[in-house]
Amino acid sequence: MAKTHITMTVNGEAVEGLVESRTLLVHFIRENLQLTGTHIGCETTHCGACTIDIDGMSVKSCTMFAVQAEGAAITTIEGVANADGTLSALQEGFRQMHGLQCGFCTPGMILRAQRLLQENPTPSEEEIRFGIAGNLCRCTGYQNIVKAIQYAAAKINGTEFQEAAQ
Amino acid sequence: MITGQFDYHRPATVAEAVKLLASLGEDANLLAGGHSLIPMMKLRLAAPEHLVDLHGIAALKGIGREGDTVVIGAMTTQHELLADDTIAASLPILRETALLIADPQVRYRGTIGGNVANGDPGNDMPALMMTLGARYRIEGPSGTREVAAAEFYQGAYVTALEPGEIVTAIAIPAPADGHGYAYEKLKRKVGDYATAAAAVMLTMDGGTVASCAIGLTNLSDTPLLADEAAGIVIGTNLDDATLKKAAAAAEAIMSPAADTRGPVEYRKHVGGIMVARALTRAAGRAGAAG
Repeated sequence: MAKTHITMTVNGEAVEGLVESRTLLVHFIRENLQLTGTHIGCETTHCGACTIDIDGMSVKSCTMFAVQAEGAAITTIEGVANADGTLSALQEGFRQMHGLQCGFCTPGMILRAQRLLQENPTPSEEEIRFGIAGNLCRCTGYQNIVKAIQYAAAKINGTEFQEAAQ
Repeated sequence: MITGQFDYHRPATVAEAVKLLASLGEDANLLAGGHSLIPMMKLRLAAPEHLVDLHGIAALKGIGREGDTVVIGAMTTQHELLADDTIAASLPILRETALLIADPQVRYRGTIGGNVANGDPGNDMPALMMTLGARYRIEGPSGTREVAAAEFYQGAYVTALEPGEIVTAIAIPAPADGHGYAYEKLKRKVGDYATAAAAVMLTMDGGTVASCAIGLTNLSDTPLLADEAAGIVIGTNLDDATLKKAAAAAEAIMSPAADTRGPVEYRKHVGGIMVARALTRAAGRAGAAG
């Protein structure tokens, strides 16, 4: 089957590749671009581990074909850290609040949370939980994931992070 | 998991898409948000030889008004519906329903056109569109036509859409000022289809129901309008006896499948409860007759 030449911007860099029409975007990112931080959990649109940012949208990259991303601007977990290599506010939040256990869902959680905070810089706990409803943590560590996002929101907004009373 | 092989097409206009469908024949599928089709293709329950991706057609996007009608382009995403001021002001029930569809990632990709045109009885928008009296604008090889949502659904995944036709927009009459609305959806978890769901649009006049429409999701092979139940509540103040009667009338037309969401009797029972709750909540929201 003929392959299609595609170009896109991933983490600020222009990339290209030859793909079959049926190549899923997540396979292109992991196998062609060798960016394996984006995880494949269920591959059935349920778990959100493959979540990336495409043109301002959180997208499950297992449910989009690579050819559909022609010309798109994509951010993966590899592009999340600050330019000087230090951790982003969200990465720092996940570290400080113990927002990961096995870590498998973490790249998807961080990419989703980043878009969520851009759309709503001061989310309530309920809004955070609603906003990450498409990302599953099989360790069920949601409590600390929510705290990590609250920590990041406070840091970005320059306010003090206060853990809610248990 | 990987899909079967296919050729990918990305037309820039509706006319070009219609032409492509005509030349490719029945081996071609339209690709909108893809969040129903791509999973089906991975399971090889769908194996189209050609995919015609509608994302390149700018004319299929956007929300506007034509007089008293709200017109929504078929490729408008659920996320865009949620962010739109016209929808929030004129059709808040659309917002309430979109928030109950799947999860945030799916709503960024999932489109209203795909949701209504796919014919999946589990989708939420079809029953709502019937409740709102919406009409679907369709373009095909023999020109354009409109079909009422209430006449569109013929069976599970069987619709009035002819081969080669595309739903291009959805036209919804703007509801009266002060109307009450509610979409009640029972589901097992975020992202699930409804175990049972009910849409209600009504107006109140002096404490009694002046007009009412009720739609039902995932309680039959097609979305349903519960006309008899709606008739029962008109002229009443929605007292308990009336709510019970309306729920029973709605249950009488339900024929859900027994599946992992529960046996038939359970799904009908909770379907009636969704109707009663939606009626109560809609009435609570209704203001003075507009």
